[in-house]
Amino acid sequence: MESSSPLMVFLAEKAPVFLQAPWAFVRLTRPGWCELIARLDTTPAWALLALWAEPKDVHAALYDEESGAFALVALACPEGSFPSFSGARPGAVRFERAIQDLVGLRAEGLEDQRPWLDHGQFPVRHPLAASPEDQPPVPRAATDYAFLPTQSNVVLHQIPVGPVHAGIIEPGHFRFHANGETVVRLEARLGYVHKGVEKLFEGKTPAEGARLACRISGDSAVAHAVAFARSVESAVGVEAPPRAHALRGIMAEVERIANHLGDVGAIGNDAAFAFLLAVCGVERERTLEVAGACFGHRLMMDTVVPGGVTVDLAPESIERLRAWAARLSHEAPRLESLYDSTSSLLERTMTTGVVSAALVHRFAAGGYVGRASARGFDARTAAPYPPYTDLDVTVPVFSEGDVDARMRVRLREIPASLNLITALLDSLPEGPTGVPLPTRAGEGVALVEGFRGEILTWTRLGADGRIKRCHPRDPSGLQWPLLEAAIEGNIVADFPLCNKSFNGSYSGHDL
Amino acid sequence: MLFPLLRALGRRPVTQPALAPNPDDLVQLAQSLQERARARLGRSLAIRQVDAGSCNGCELEIHALNNAVYALERFGIRFVASPRHADVLLVTGPVTVNMREALLRTYEATPSPKWVVAVGACALDGGVFAGSYAVVGGVGQVIPVDLVIPGCPPTPRRLLEGLLALLETAK
Repeated sequence: MESSSPLMVFLAEKAPVFLQAPWAFVRLTRPGWCELIARLDTTPAWALLALWAEPKDVHAALYDEESGAFALVALACPEGSFPSFSGARPGAVRFERAIQDLVGLRAEGLEDQRPWLDHGQFPVRHPLAASPEDQPPVPRAATDYAFLPTQSNVVLHQIPVGPVHAGIIEPGHFRFHANGETVVRLEARLGYVHKGVEKLFEGKTPAEGARLACRISGDSAVAHAVAFARSVESAVGVEAPPRAHALRGIMAEVERIANHLGDVGAIGNDAAFAFLLAVCGVERERTLEVAGACFGHRLMMDTVVPGGVTVDLAPESIERLRAWAARLSHEAPRLESLYDSTSSLLERTMTTGVVSAALVHRFAAGGYVGRASARGFDARTAAPYPPYTDLDVTVPVFSEGDVDARMRVRLREIPASLNLITALLDSLPEGPTGVPLPTRAGEGVALVEGFRGEILTWTRLGADGRIKRCHPRDPSGLQWPLLEAAIEGNIVADFPLCNKSFNGSYSGHDL
Repeated sequence: MLFPLLRALGRRPVTQPALAPNPDDLVQLAQSLQERARARLGRSLAIRQVDAGSCNGCELEIHALNNAVYALERFGIRFVASPRHADVLLVTGPVTVNMREALLRTYEATPSPKWVVAVGACALDGGVFAGSYAVVGGVGQVIPVDLVIPGCPPTPRRLLEGLLALLETAK
């Protein structure tokens, strides 16, 4: 982090800065918050990574793409409202709608005032507020939602899809407006799997919180658990031991590979090339079998806790991982050449579902969605954390922004992750796998690269060491809105392909 | 593209040997299935999966049933795209209040005879999400459940044992 960063200079002028590397914490006044919004409007390089609220405060995470500085800004909201970021950063719209639904703080100037996560079914209003209110006596029907209207001189038809979908996937509603086969607009309605995760975190011990963090999005069990653990460790000021870092790194990369294998196969299948799914399905199964044998759980849930890890690698497990990595290193290039030599599949993926680099930067979308559209952000290199501080992380970046580019990012990340696993196994440090956590109050934040993109988790602990508030921001939060842009002008039949190339998390988004 | 196909010709299948049905599940099902309904199905089950608020972990393992290693279809069990075509609803998740209506409608859209299999710790009693304002806390709170396959998430092997028990009992 550079102290000469324009973002840091701007914030230091406004209020005292508290440093917790690489993050700078700043509590702004209301005029300072408004100045920040005005500055964001003219400074495209400042990315809004997350926006969330406590009962009396609103928090935003910022990143200066040019200087690499990270900052957390907070604003007290004694009047129960805060000036909206949505005019300057469209990614803020859904975050602010969620804050209005859950915490009850009002976003001043937010144009889209429709509820987002609250479908009128909760027993209370504003469940995260200091004192939640009763729901209005006349309940709102679950299906009551005002989709955006259309104005057109041709007849557009609507296609409602979901929340229960035709495949084995999570629930959400997609409303298409189509002109013949061409999608004119897609609007997603999410929130169906909102489970009240942030409320459930309240009052839990860090160890109990880790169990919940694994289940924020089951495909990112390790990544979410590491993000949560690192946020707690940062709040109490401890560092996990080196062996724990290495084991977390190995598991995180195994998780990345398993998910990429699953999705590469599924993208092929959505373009009617089932052979790729068959081949990738077997490789994914082998990967999960190895994970189950070495770490005790196929999805590696409940292996990471604040302070370290609960598992260790026996010598025979290390050998098993090595054998799996060697075999898959041999297979991975074949998967890519299978994809590359199937012209009927490439015909479907290339130039389909394009997201422009400008839009990706405006929403600060990370992961393969960003890296396929020239935004090379990867938390492992942008804000390096152990074990990646000692490793050479390869981040493939493409600029086409189509389904093909997102596919290629994933295909390239498989061998890159295998190299990291091999390097970590070669230099696995000896020593303990955990340290005890001191009982103290604190506030901590962590940025961890999951397979889908960067997870930002912020945790506040009370003096009793229990969680007062935890906000995990899944990468999908900034990726879902771009799916609506990707499908515009494409044919309806290409939607599954576009959707699978994003593979946004419903559970991680809805919390 | 030809290489993986040619190589596969010279190798044994990756598919694992068939499993026996889980005895515990057989006992559980015997209590809930009626004779008349059993006769209708023969040796084929059409499954409609419904995610009623899971973390997606259960879905990943249910997906695995379709891979070449578990190859569910060899037993006559297959996933269908509509509840109208289904004999079995395979429901995951603690049932969020936002999904309650959709789950009920899916159940009502499934023709009888039908069975409901609740998959995973959340579907049993809400799991780690039990007690939240946003969840009902178990599939059985919303629709009648015939079989629970526990686990967080259950492994594909465990899922297969449970589904085979359903097939065996419904035979």
